[in-house]
This record gives sequence, C-alpha cells and structure tokens, in this order.
Amino acid sequence: MRTRSRSWVKYALPLAAAALSFAVPGVIGWLLLWGGLAAFAALVSGAAAARFIPRRVREGVVNAAVTAAGYAAVVFIALIFIFIFKEGGAAFVHIPPREFLRTLWQPALEPPRYGVLPLVTGSVLVTVLSLLVAVPVGVGTSVYLAEIAGAREREVIKPVVELLAAVPSVVYGLLGMVILGDVIPRLTGTPFRLNALNGGLVLAVMLTPMLASLAEDALFSVPHAYRTASYALGATKGETIRRVLLPAASSGVAAAVLLALARTVGETMAVLLATGNATILTLNPLSSVRTLTATIAIEMGETAFGSEHYHVLFALGIMLFAVTFAVNLAAEVIMGRFARRYRR
Amino acid sequence: MVTAAVRYEGFNFWYGDFHALKDITLDAAPRAVLAIIGPSGCGKSTLIKAVNRISAFDGHVRVEGKVLLEGEDVYAPGVDLVSLRRRVGMVFQRPNPFPMSVYDNIAYGPRLFGVTRRGELDAVVEETLKRAALWPEVRDRLRETALNLSGGQQQRLCIARALAVEPEVLLMDEPAASLDPTSTQKVEDLIVELKANYTIIIVTHNMQQAARISDRTAFLMLGALVEVDATATIFTRPALKLTEDYITGRFG
Amino acid sequence: MGRYINEARAAALTARRRCASAALAHLLRLVAYGVVAVFVGLAAYVAYRAAPVLRPSFFLQAPRGGMLEGGVATCIYGTAALLLLTAACAVPLGVLAAVYLNEFVGGGRGARVVRAGVNNLAGVPSIVFGLFGLGFFVKFLHLDVSLLAASFTLAVMVLPIIIVATEEALRAVPTDLRLGSAALGATRWQTISRVVLPNAVPGIITGTVLSIGRVAGETAPILFTGAAFYLPYLPATPREQFMELSYHIFAMATQASDITKSLPIAFGATCALLLLVFAFNLTGVLYRARLRSRKRW
Repeated sequence: MRTRSRSWVKYALPLAAAALSFAVPGVIGWLLLWGGLAAFAALVSGAAAARFIPRRVREGVVNAAVTAAGYAAVVFIALIFIFIFKEGGAAFVHIPPREFLRTLWQPALEPPRYGVLPLVTGSVLVTVLSLLVAVPVGVGTSVYLAEIAGAREREVIKPVVELLAAVPSVVYGLLGMVILGDVIPRLTGTPFRLNALNGGLVLAVMLTPMLASLAEDALFSVPHAYRTASYALGATKGETIRRVLLPAASSGVAAAVLLALARTVGETMAVLLATGNATILTLNPLSSVRTLTATIAIEMGETAFGSEHYHVLFALGIMLFAVTFAVNLAAEVIMGRFARRYRR
Repeated sequence: MVTAAVRYEGFNFWYGDFHALKDITLDAAPRAVLAIIGPSGCGKSTLIKAVNRISAFDGHVRVEGKVLLEGEDVYAPGVDLVSLRRRVGMVFQRPNPFPMSVYDNIAYGPRLFGVTRRGELDAVVEETLKRAALWPEVRDRLRETALNLSGGQQQRLCIARALAVEPEVLLMDEPAASLDPTSTQKVEDLIVELKANYTIIIVTHNMQQAARISDRTAFLMLGALVEVDATATIFTRPALKLTEDYITGRFG
Repeated sequence: MGRYINEARAAALTARRRCASAALAHLLRLVAYGVVAVFVGLAAYVAYRAAPVLRPSFFLQAPRGGMLEGGVATCIYGTAALLLLTAACAVPLGVLAAVYLNEFVGGGRGARVVRAGVNNLAGVPSIVFGLFGLGFFVKFLHLDVSLLAASFTLAVMVLPIIIVATEEALRAVPTDLRLGSAALGATRWQTISRVVLPNAVPGIITGTVLSIGRVAGETAPILFTGAAFYLPYLPATPREQFMELSYHIFAMATQASDITKSLPIAFGATCALLLLVFAFNLTGVLYRARLRSRKRW
C-alpha cells in the first residue's frame, strides 16, 4: 500500500544518516550519528505514542511543546536583555558614571581609564561618513531602478545589488584594509593607512544594497496615479521624481536610512579591519579611530572573566543595544505612518 | 482662449499585439462636448489617452494614422510631449490629487511652466478653483492637505488643477464614475459651463450622462467606431440597430 | 481666464526642463552602473589576489607551515559543522515558535508580546550576541569555548529570521484547508502536521536556506564562543573548538606572521566563503522564484 511505503522512508532516512556517519570524520560524523539515532528514536516513540497514548493526552503534550517554543523566543530576548544589563550594570558598582564620560580609554593603565568618548566619536564618525556616501548612492540607485531602468536593465542590476548584500562583512573589511589602505594614503597623504574614512567607505558599500532595496520598496508603494497625474500636467520625468515621488516616499526612505544607521552602528568585523582601532578622540576622517563594537571584539579576548574590565565591556554592549533598539523603534514608527498614509 | 479641434484620421492603436483601436476617424468640435460611449473594453479610454499620449506608460504601444490637434499630428516625430500635455489636460476616473496642500496641487502645473511669482500663483489658484466651482468650499483650507477633501471635492480639485496650465482640450475619463450623485451633478454642471471655453471629450458608460451634457456622441464597440452623430439624434433616432440595442440596454 | 503662462517663456523653459530631466536620468544611470562596476571590480580583485593559491588542493588540504601554506580544508569543515548544528537547533525551535504564533494565538496580546520580542532580537548587533554567547553559553552554562556554544549563539541570532519566514509560509496556506481538516474531525495538531506544515514546507526551506547563508558569514558571534586560530586536527565532538572560514579570513589578515603569504590565503578563503554564501543565496532565491510561479491553489 502506498501509505506504508511512504512511512518506511520516514524511518529509513535517520538510520541512513547514522550509518553514513561512519564514513564522515570528526564532529560532523558525530552529529550525523547522534542526530540520526535521536530522530529515529523520536519517530519510533511518536508512533508508539500514537498507538498507546490517548489522543487528548498527546494533543495536550504537543500543545505544551509548541507553546513552550513560542515563548522560548521571548525568553531568549529577555535573557539577552537581563544578562547584558546584569553583567554591564556591575561595572557601575565601583566606577562612577563620570569616569565613562572622560576622554581616555586605556584599560591597561593602573588605575584603568574607561572614558568612552573616543569610542563614541569613532562610531559616530564612521557612521556619518558611511551614510554620507550610502544614502545618495543607495537612493539614487533605487530611483533609477524604480523609475528609469527598463525591464532588462533591472534584471542585471537587481541581482548584483542583492549579491552585494550577501557578502560577509569580514570580506568587506579585508578589501577595505587592502585596497583603500593603499589608495587613501596615496590620495591624501595621511600617515594612517587604516582610518575612519576607510571604514566609512567600506560600510557605505555594505549599506548601499540595503538602502537601495528599502528605498525601492518605498517608491513602489507610491500610488501609480501620482505619476500619471504629474505627466498628464506636462511634467518631465525628472520633475515628477523630484517634486512628487521622492516627497511622497520620504518617510519610507527616512525609515530606510534609520535602519541603515542601526546596522552601521552595530557592525563589527568591517570596522575592525578597516579603521585602525586607535583610541584617538577625533573628528578627523583621516585619522585612525576605534568604534564601540571593535573595542568589545578586541578586548574581550584579553579580559579575565568576571573582572572589572569584563563588566565594562558588557556596559558598552548595553550602549549598543540601547542605541540600535531606539533607532529601530523610530524606524518602525515612521514606517507605520508611511504605511497608514498609503493604505487607501 | 483658443480652442482646438481634435481629429482622429484613420487612427489605429496596438497594445503589444492587441489591436485596440481600428481605423477611427472622428472629430471633436471646438467649444463642444463629445461623449464616447460603448461597452466595457471597447477602447474608450484608449481612444482619449491617445490624444495626450499618456498611454506610453502602459507598455509597448504602436500607432498608425493620425491624431490632429489643431491640424498638427501629435504622433509626428519630434513632437514635444511636455508641451502637448500642457495643451491637452486630463481628468481621471478616480481623483488623484497629489499628497500636498490644495494650493500646491493647483500651483504644481503653473510652477513648471514659469509662473513663479506669489501674486500670480495666488490668482491662478483662485481663478481655477472658482471655475471648478470649488472655491467657496476650500478658500479657507488652501494650505491643508488635499487628501482631506471628499471624493467629489477631490475630483473638482483635479479639474481645477488641469485648468491651471491653460489647456485647450480637456480629456475626461469617466470623471464622475467614483462619485456620489450630488458630486456627479456638480461635475456635470461644471462640464456644461466649461465647454464654452474648451474642447471637451468625455468617456462615460452612463448614457443618461452622455445625453444630458454632450453635444455629439460617438458609439464605440470592440475598438471600432460604430456611429457618431448629434447627441439628440443618437439617443432618439440612431441610424444603426447596433447602436439602438446598446442604448436601450439590450447589451453592454 | 487670464493668461498667466507666457507662451514664449514656457517654450524656452520646456527645452531646459527636458535637458535637466535627461541629465538627471544620466546621472542616476551612472550611479546605478557604478554600483555594478564596484561589484565587478571587487570580485575581480578578490580573484586576482587569490590566484597564487587557488588550486583544487587549497580546498582539500589543512593549513600548515605556521598557517602560511596548505589550504583551508579544516575551515571549510568547521564552517559546515557550525551551519549544520546551528540549523539543527534553530529550525525546529523557530518553526514551532512560528506555528505557535500563527496557529495557536493569531492576533491576541500574547502574540504581540512574542512578535515584539522576535523583532527586537532581529535588531541586536552581532557583537552583542557574541557577548551574550560568551557570558551565558560559555561561562554560565559551562559549555566552554566550543562548537556547541558557538552554534547556540548563532541559533539565537538566526531564530527571528526563521520565525518570520515560517510565519509567512504558514500565512500563505489558505484557511479553507484548515477548516476542511477540522470539519473532518482532525485535532489542531493533526491539522497542522498533516495539512498546514506540508504545504508550508517549501517556504520554510527557502527561509532556512537564506538565513543559513547569512549566518555563514558572521564572525563576531563566534569570536569568543568557539572559533580557534589553529587546530591541527578536526574537532571530534561539539564540545571542542573549531576552525572557521570567516574567522580564518580575519586571522590571516591581522594575526599572521608574514603578511605577504597570509593575504593570498585570506583571499583564497574569501573565495571559498563567497562561493558558499552565494550558493546558499542563489538556491534560496531560485527556489523562492520557482515557488511563486508554481502556486497550486
């Protein structure tokens, strides 16, 4: 019978995986073996339960499991929240808040200095530089794709944009380090091969696909009727874009910029490789700077568990968490207003 | 105010492979209303969109024959679409005011064509709103967003907006289709007033409306012109049985 | 009606306006194709710098000679193991959570709390996940720096994406199917497991594939939770550390003793990583496109 042969496959698959594990070395073999056996056991016990345990009890167990899974997600976010705040809060026990507002970050000194201002300006500088490049380029690309490009052009450009979005940040960091680390000193004469501008440009390349795609969505949701009305009045394409479409899509675009900002602030690997990581308090784009994220990445490896430094790094995590949360929230609010306006 | 005659001469129109308009020869007289009636899908909208060439945005189009605006073919090579669309205004089936203030909606067109002084723009706004029979209702709300107006008010705003660029021809694609009876009445009264100064071509599926406000009526079916005559004649003594069947509601 | 538009001036203006519109279109075209050019340029550069080391043996050999020779086979293996374990943890949990949200609760206050939690999780910076992974999985749960800790950390990171994708897939299943099943006397779970989920599986697969592709490139969460600079052997159990492609790129770029030898290796590892990530992305996107054109209802 057909049903019987189908369920046979269901049991054979995990056993096959477990058998395969002997041909696969290392931990993947381990996973195949134990995963296969566990899945097989689960299937068998499920089948047994189906025969011996009353439906009501089974249903209750399954419902409980699913509900538990649902709340697991909330539990994890609460856990992250609680954990970070707990470990970070411990930093404030012995260190007066005033210390964090100082301008020297040097945990290795005796006594250690935890002024975060150089890190904050580093993050801000890199973020601003990246947005200055990414917003015009991203929005410009989205306008081109949404209003000007033909269907065949879109089929070329859109996949490229999506591929750019898929590239891991460490690769961008490497490219910035190697290419811009050569080009920027040659063009500007700065002694710093790795600097804020380097990081900013690298992040701009990372952000552009995200901005382009979000801005394009915003432009698409502008009703087509506005375009036809504008052209019927004798406006050119450029005028229609500038005077009607972009203003109409402005809150969608603003939300996109905010989301991009949140992503930049939280980016680690690219800035780690490209900015030079010197804790200098400066607004000079040609200087090496260090961001909050890079600080955590660099110093966590050298910190004793449970030490004061350890807690301070968690406190930096609190800052990052709070900033990205606030910016994402603002973006959501703006998006809500945008969606409401066009929900005709 | 100069008015222009619109003439279709052996005009054919294709959307891709679909032959939407077949060999249309039709006149729209100046200072008069020409109504285009016919069943759904017969090409009425396509016919009027052909005059201001706004159908270019609907995909790949091909034409043969001519559409003459005051004797000049609008499909001649090198025709400036921007100027053409200024001379031929259009009002759409559903009101589509921009998400701007009432004032800015009307001023949008004139600003493009060089009217920048505040005094002049104020005058244009007031005059067109009066012509569109909307001034008393919005005179204190000029700076409010146009999206707050009712459907009927928005459509009259769109008419005022079209008038603001000083067109010669007004194309109206079922302008009262989405309005309630009171607003419809207002729009119809408006059209009768406007015909003193403009050539108006109106598409409507409401035959009573065509009978009420138009001077001549053209009956279109499956992209071909079946009959065109003075409105009174078409609705009382149509020459063809097909026309009579449609008018009496036997199909469509 | 007075004449406010001066015909002559309007005509002259029109010529300028059309010029300006064309210029804007050209500028935007330049920008858009500039982006394409950047991509092509970067891809070519990566291939160029990786050329000295790109041989089939590069992907099959382990690093040796102080990591300045040999290949990245152990890194590829470690990355595969990481992705496998992360998916094994995140997918069941994410799918069940999405089932809970979509089938059990719908729109009530409970669901809104859970969805808010999920959305917040999606916005947390990756290094903060690394911190959490270190403090919670590695230290608090005593999992130590291991594949297990790193996988759990990444699983928490990828959970929101899987939940959102699964919810979308579940929502796409028409309510009629659920009603029909219930009318036949099936329990809620029977309806879900025999009717809803099977129809949602393609969408779930797409979401999983795309999110795994994203995770393959994440380095920050595994910096302190599992990645190792150098291991002479493959990890045997999940309690051990592992080498990983994206971490290897980072290490070769910053911690190698001879930068002239390590950079080509870094670029070679980049090629491997990009092939992996693009393969996942391409599969996900193609599969999603195929789904959309093959709607069965």
